Amino acid sequence: MEIQEFIEKIAEQYEDANADTLTPDTEFRQVDNYSSLTALMILSIIDEEYNVTLNGDDMRKVKTIQELFDLVNSRI
Amino acid sequence: MEYNPFSLKGKKLLITGASSGIGRATAVECSRLGASVVLTGRREDELNNTLALIEDASYAHHTYVVADLALEEDRSRLVKELPQIDGAVLNAGISKMAPIQFITEQSLEDLFKVNTFAPILLMRQLLKAKRLSRGASVVFTSSISGFSNTAIGLAEYGASKSALTSYMKYAALELAQKGIRCNAVHPGRIETPLIALKQISDEDLRQDQARYPLGRYGRPEEVAWAIAYLLSDAAAWVTGSSLVIDGGRSLK
Repeated sequence: MEIQEFIEKIAEQYEDANADTLTPDTEFRQVDNYSSLTALMILSIIDEEYNVTLNGDDMRKVKTIQELFDLVNSRI
Repeated sequence: MEYNPFSLKGKKLLITGASSGIGRATAVECSRLGASVVLTGRREDELNNTLALIEDASYAHHTYVVADLALEEDRSRLVKELPQIDGAVLNAGISKMAPIQFITEQSLEDLFKVNTFAPILLMRQLLKAKRLSRGASVVFTSSISGFSNTAIGLAEYGASKSALTSYMKYAALELAQKGIRCNAVHPGRIETPLIALKQISDEDLRQDQARYPLGRYGRPEEVAWAIAYLLSDAAAWVTGSSLVIDGGRSLK
C-alpha cells in the first residue's frame, strides 16, 4: 500500500485539505476543520478501503499521517 | 396485604435480548417484582447467566429459548414455544457508528433487520398465534437517538430506532381494542456491552459523559424500572407513549 494513495484517501475526509497540502509528517489532528466527525470518517475510510478496523484508542496513539499509515499497514 | 401498584406478580413476560445489558437487568427486576419470565437471546451461556441472577420464587417459573430474532424460522419457533404472555419486552438490538457517506445498503439491511424488522415481525407472529393476553403490555426498547437527541455517526441507528418508535404508536392504536398497550423506552447511553463500541476513545467517552446533566451514563436497571412500570397495572392507562431515561441528555 502506497503512502501517497493513503494520503489521497485521508485528504478526502477533510473539508478543505487535498492531497497536495497533506504530507506524511502532517499531524492529522492539527489540520483545519478537524473534528470528531473527521476522526470518524477517517476510521470509516480505513475500514472501507483497507478492511482494517481501528478504534478511537488506536487513533489517539498516533499523531502524523505516516504513523497512521504504519498502523494501518501493520493490521492488514 | 402489601400495597404495590407496580407489582408484576402473576404476570408472564417475554424478554428479548436477555443475554446482556438492559434485557438482562429487565429480567432480573421483573422477576423481583413477581413476574415469570421467558428469556430469549442468541447466546445460551449468557441466557443461563441471566437466569442465575434471577431470584427464584416458589410461584414463578423462568425459562429461556435460544433464538436469533433476525431469522423467521427462529421467530416462529420462539412463538410456538411461548405460553400465553401478559407482557413482552422487545429489547434486542444492535448499534453501529458510521458517517452518512459510509452508509451502505448492506449496512442498512443488517441493522434494520435486527432493530426494526425483527420486533415488527415478531409482533405479527405473537398476534397471529394469539399469545398476548387481553390487557397485555408491550414495551419496545428504542433510544434517545433519533427521538430527542442527534449525535454524529448514529444516523443509521437513530433511523432504525425512530422507525421502531413510530411503529409502536400505530401498534398502540390498532391493538387498543384488544386491550393491549404498546409503549417505548428511550434510553440515553447506558453502561452495557453495546456501548463498548470501540470507535470512541476513552477520552471521548469521558467528554461524552460530561454532556449528561446528571454527570454519568445510566445503569441497565434504571431502564429496567421504567420498563417494569410500563408492564405493570400502574400503567393501565398509558399507551402509545415514550419514556425518556437519559440523565437529562436531551435537554442539551
